[in-house]
Amino acid sequence: MADEQQLCTFFLDDRFFGVGVENVQEVIRYLPITPVPLAPPVIRGLINLRGQIVTAVDLRRLLQLADRAADLRPMNIVVQTRDGIFSLLVDRIGDVMGVDPACFEHPPDTLDGIARELIQGTYKLQGRLLLTLNVAKLFRPNILNRSVERQEPDSENPTAPA
Amino acid sequence: MAKAKATLRATDAAMDEIIKEFLTESLEGLDQLDNKFVMLEQNPEDRDTLASIFRTIHTVKGTCGFLGFGHLEKVAHAGENLLSLLRDGKLNFTQEIASALLSMVDAIRTMLGEVERTEADGEESYPGLIETLNRLKDGGSAAPPSTAPSPLLAPASLPVTPVTASAPSPLLAPATPATASAPPPSPAPEPAISPVPAAAESTSASVAPELHPTPAERAAVAPTAPSGAPSVADSSIRVDVPLLDKLMNLVGELVLARNQILEYTVLQENPPLLAASQRLSMITSELQEGIMRTRMQPISNIWAKFPRVVRDLALGCSKQVRVEMEGKETELDKSLIEAMKDPLTHLVRNAIDHGVEMPAARRAAGKPEEGCLLMRAYHEGGQVHIEISDDGAGLNPVKLRSKALEKGLITPDRAAAMSEQDFRRLIFLAGFSTAEKITNISGRGVGMDVVKTNIERIGGVIDLESELGRGTTFKIRIPLTLAIVPALIITSGGERFAIPQVNLLELIRINEEQRNTAIEYVHSNPVYRLRGKLLPIVNLNRELKLITTVVASVINIVVLQTGQHHFGLVVDQINDTQEIVVKPLDKVLQDIPVFAGATIMGDGRVALILDVLGIAQQARILSDSHDQNLAAQLRAARERDAERQTLLLVRAPGDGRLAIPLAPVSRLEEFETHQIENAGDVDVIQYRGHILPLIRLKDILGERRSFDRLAHTGTSAAAANLMQVIVFGDGVRRVGLVVDEILDIVQDVFEIKGRSTRAGIAGTLVIQNRVTELFDIQSFLQRAAPLLALVEEA
Repeated sequence: MADEQQLCTFFLDDRFFGVGVENVQEVIRYLPITPVPLAPPVIRGLINLRGQIVTAVDLRRLLQLADRAADLRPMNIVVQTRDGIFSLLVDRIGDVMGVDPACFEHPPDTLDGIARELIQGTYKLQGRLLLTLNVAKLFRPNILNRSVERQEPDSENPTAPA
Repeated sequence: MAKAKATLRATDAAMDEIIKEFLTESLEGLDQLDNKFVMLEQNPEDRDTLASIFRTIHTVKGTCGFLGFGHLEKVAHAGENLLSLLRDGKLNFTQEIASALLSMVDAIRTMLGEVERTEADGEESYPGLIETLNRLKDGGSAAPPSTAPSPLLAPASLPVTPVTASAPSPLLAPATPATASAPPPSPAPEPAISPVPAAAESTSASVAPELHPTPAERAAVAPTAPSGAPSVADSSIRVDVPLLDKLMNLVGELVLARNQILEYTVLQENPPLLAASQRLSMITSELQEGIMRTRMQPISNIWAKFPRVVRDLALGCSKQVRVEMEGKETELDKSLIEAMKDPLTHLVRNAIDHGVEMPAARRAAGKPEEGCLLMRAYHEGGQVHIEISDDGAGLNPVKLRSKALEKGLITPDRAAAMSEQDFRRLIFLAGFSTAEKITNISGRGVGMDVVKTNIERIGGVIDLESELGRGTTFKIRIPLTLAIVPALIITSGGERFAIPQVNLLELIRINEEQRNTAIEYVHSNPVYRLRGKLLPIVNLNRELKLITTVVASVINIVVLQTGQHHFGLVVDQINDTQEIVVKPLDKVLQDIPVFAGATIMGDGRVALILDVLGIAQQARILSDSHDQNLAAQLRAARERDAERQTLLLVRAPGDGRLAIPLAPVSRLEEFETHQIENAGDVDVIQYRGHILPLIRLKDILGERRSFDRLAHTGTSAAAANLMQVIVFGDGVRRVGLVVDEILDIVQDVFEIKGRSTRAGIAGTLVIQNRVTELFDIQSFLQRAAPLLALVEEA
């Protein structure tokens, strides 16, 4: 088990995800979010993380899933990347798990769109699949902005003019 | 150079700064040199070290040439020549050379000490040392080999550590056999210093006297220094900018935490806690100010190079220009200093190239041949003002107009509606250049627009004044610091936003009965008549695609300015003003032009900071498609504004109307009558931690009917226990004028129609079709003077 990877796990509905613990700065309960008008819809707004202003990105919107119910308050997974510190908004937090690289498999070819770029692969655990996310890619400006184009039709939050 | 030097010499105060910096920098450089020479002797082939030594000496030479320290420059120059050969590999590094160079370092050090004490580099010119350096440069030996054992450590009183044979001093062992018999210096910390006097003696007898006991001499001189003050190097240290940035951030956090604590303590009704938190508040403010000051640098840091730049430029185009500087000690934040470097350089280049005329032309125009470039800087209103003026030809509006038309930058229609000043401002347009021919200095059509953009990027404003034949002045206003700014907090669409106060002109509240008629439309563009002039209106909710959450019965308009443009921003609610700590937004969010950053409010929530320029651009206030008539009207309105007067209208006793000039008024306040206390026979009130003496308008106008106290003065408009007070003056020297009712504020060009009929009145005006008396502010303030004295004694 020496090369076992530690993942910080969480849920969107009953979908089970994980990111490498080395990228995770901390996990915190719901914090009030200040929305940023004209921002890409995946950016839910800004949170005050002990005096530091952190951009909160909704993983549901990033993966093009339906929005969570209004009464469900998202949890923050604070992630450090080359692009800065972000908070990933998720439904529920799971445990930190050690996973055996032997059960890793790349995503199936049927996976496409933005999910294909963001989902690194799956760990085949007993009874369920754990999807791992590519943290380095999650918060790239082109990813955050691209999801705007895809969600444009609902026009709730059009792009800012150039 | 001579001219620049002369100008610099003329202003001693600024000189001090430059010298101080030169000393700090040079002494630091020299300290490192000692170590580097030692490294070099161990590894004579180390070109990097040689190059770095060369650079240090080169810098010293360059700077003291600039500052006019001739002797120092000559010594450094001789050393530099020798070093350049070594660096290029044309000469091999020998111990003789090392010694000579070390002597040079000590000579420079001695002279720097002299500079520090007397601001001159002393009488000593070190001819022997220079000769030695030159001889070595030409490949000669320093001096006939000394036969006497080198008295290595004799002059210096450094501790001597006997060195065993297995650890010979690398410094002197190979070159001078004589050293074998002498105790070599300790290899510990500063081995390089101790051999210097010895080396000097062995190189040339003529050099010896002045070089002799350098360290000892320094030690001897120091206590007799006249001031006894710590030396420059001791009283200042260099600090990493990232560390300062970090401290600045931490203080920002502290300010936020302080704000939160203050908010909570107010709710606690716990006096000791309140007292402690107020003390915390004060200390935090002081700390904040202190940290901000560490980041402040005098503007001379960037100005220092301009005399030289101007000289070179002027020579390049055969002009004569002298530089004058005022207010070089004006400080601003380091990041702003950096950001201002390029725009200022550009303005200076422009002034020399385009502004100042050729000597012949100047003579013909009856001006002295030598042009003058004046650089001024000063603090005003929490901002830094910088002005660059030349006494050159000035901008020709007619020429600018035809140039702009020719280039298609403006349409003839538009040109017809523009004023001369508008034509002058055309130079800020992209792609505009007035130079008849392109020179190597300026005139490529990029420039003033970039200058403007750069200044606006740091929250500044640039404008110009120019008179044909008399010269041009560029006026720049920039904030003191970018990190902490005063801001107005507003609410719109249920969210709070901060608007930097730099952009804020005034607040307008349109009440219910006017709300349907106040906003009118010019070709579907909403406008508001602000004192008779049309102000374009931008709705924040619409620009930000926010949903209006409150159905407000009033319209709140925040009047903003960006550059020369004014507009009114409609917001849901106006809250208050606060000092906010500006935090940058994430990269993705930086692309949204309407936000300048974010901040954390007292309740811990994040609020976005509006970028007024970005909003104006998004709302197309600045674009050409905007109604030209409107733009012309706005401009005309602003020009008239200059002559206007703002008056406060109050109800005078006996139902007359009285106008009070608004300029000396600091605030309008409402007090409850039971707050009034007595000090002698004066009514006073506690106001903002000071005592505010009150004078009743009735008493001034000599209509005092009885000795009724203020408490019993009935006011018809407000509730009986409230009184309206106009506060004059600022700081502690304040006096309050109690009036019955404040009616209105009017702004217009007023003419006095009639003469004064009674005491306290300066004359009569007609305002809003009613005869109105003008309050005699001078005599009032004179009358109030004894009361101010009372405040000071209290």
